[in-house]
Formats: sequence, structure tokens, C-alpha cells
Amino acid sequence: MNSIFCIAAFVAFTGSVLAITNRNAIHALLFLILSLLAISVIFYILGAPFIAALEVIVYAGAIMVLFIFVVMMLNVGNEKELEKKLLSRRMWVVPVILASILMGIFIYAVNEIEQPAISRDVIGPKEVGVSLFTTYLIGVEIAAVMLMAGIVGAYHLGRQKKKVVHRFLKPEQHQAPEALSNID
Amino acid sequence: MEIQIVFAGLLFLTGLVGLLVRRNIIFMLMSIEIMLNSAGLAFVIAGSHWMQSDGQVMFMFILTVSAAEVSVGLALILQMFHHFRTLDSDALNKLTNSPASNLKSQTSNLKPQTSNLKPQTNNPNA
Repeated sequence: MNSIFCIAAFVAFTGSVLAITNRNAIHALLFLILSLLAISVIFYILGAPFIAALEVIVYAGAIMVLFIFVVMMLNVGNEKELEKKLLSRRMWVVPVILASILMGIFIYAVNEIEQPAISRDVIGPKEVGVSLFTTYLIGVEIAAVMLMAGIVGAYHLGRQKKKVVHRFLKPEQHQAPEALSNID
Repeated sequence: MEIQIVFAGLLFLTGLVGLLVRRNIIFMLMSIEIMLNSAGLAFVIAGSHWMQSDGQVMFMFILTVSAAEVSVGLALILQMFHHFRTLDSDALNKLTNSPASNLKSQTSNLKPQTSNLKPQTNNPNA
């Protein structure tokens, strides 16, 4: 179990370092998803299967897809050169190695380990749910209010507005198109 | 236990270094994600060490906070890109007050603009 933790920790750390040092945003996001999957393996080892599932579903499934959608909407970078780079070997060897390490852990766990659960005591979703809705009930309600604020804020900020930003920012507006034309 | 906590600290340090080093605002948001995730990892490690479910509850709260933060942050990034046509966080320096930093930022802003202007003027001539 400790060796599996060490391997997953290595994959997670390498994925994070490669994610923050990469120049391409999409590649960095894919490295980050790999790191999140490795961290979910660690959660499973620690005896938190529910949190491991949440990590995959919410973090790698929802939040990272949101990131990828925004990066694709912004469309930064030249597509032709990007495609040429994507097909070179240097770009896909490292992620394939890291992902195959995780795949090796998965195959090993499915085939070799006899026990369905891990040896340590597992804190299942039932205990988490009981604790969440009795002791931390006020926290759940505050989280609901905060999610509401997040939805309203994201809707307000993400809306495509007309030209006027704010009455105090009117002089800035004449500079913004200049910067636009210069950078383009 | 110690090794796992050290690993969570290393992940947090990775995110912190990424936040401080990178100037691309998408990468800064990703580094914040790494830091939040490592904090949740530390909570779950402590919860599994003392056999309490509080660590996992805290991780779910961190998950909620990070989801709300990412949605608002990405909407802000979209607005920033529509207004300034850049993802560089140093481009948003209009709030600087001291004249020295203002001058510095103006010159640093001018340099890429002139360098970008040159190809534009060269292309019609060619």
C-alpha cells in the first residue's frame, strides 16, 4: 500500500510540476487532470472512496472541463503550428508514460489484490453524510448560499455586455481598442 | 502520516510557486486549484489518521468553494480577454499609484507595442 502511495504521489507531483511549467494551456490542463486522477488514487488508498469518486467526478470531470471550454473559447495560439507540434513525439511521450503508470496501478489492483476493500478502516459515505447533515448542517447551508452567489456572479460577469463598461472607465475605453490593434 | 503530509505540502508549494512565477492568468487560476486540492488532501489525510469523517466533510466544503471560485474566476477571465485582448495579468496595472511604478509599467507596456507595430508597418511595404 505504501508503494502504491509513493507511485501515485510521484505521478501527482510530476503532473502538477509539468502543469505549471507548460506553455500550452491545454497541455497543462491535461497534466493537471492526470495529477487529479493520481490524487484520487491516493484518496482511495487513505480509506476515503467517496472522496475519491468526488475528486474524479467534480474536479476532473466538471471543473477541468470548464477550464478547457474557456481556453478553447479564448482560442489563444496558432492552430496550424499547434497541430504540427501535437503530432511530434516529444509532446505525447511524457503524458503517456505517466498515464500508463496509473493504468498499471489500476490493473494491478484489479488482478492481484484479493480483498475488495483496502486493509485500513474505511470511512464510508454513510458516516460522511451523517456528519455532514448533523454537525456541519450550518456549513452546508452557507455553502448553498455561496453557490447561489457564485451562480449570480458568474452569470453577471460572463454576460456579453455592450460597449460601456462603467462611467468612470470611459477614458480607458479609448485606450483598449488601441492596445487591441497593436497586439493583433 | 508524515510522508503524506509532506507530500500535501509539496503539492501546495508547487501551486504557490506556479502562482508566483506565472503571469498567464489561466495558469494562476490552475495553481490556485492545485493549492486548494492539496489543502483538501491534507484534511483527508488527517481525517483518515484519526479515523474521523470531519476531514472528508471539510474536503467537500473545499470542493464547493473551489467550484464557485472557478466559475467566477473564469467569467472574469473572459471579461478581461474581451476588454484587453490579453491574458497577461501584468497588463491590468491601471490601479498603480506611485509615479515610478506607473512610468515603469508604461515603458514596459510600450515596448511590446512598438515591437508589434514594426511587423505591421513592414508588411504593407513588402
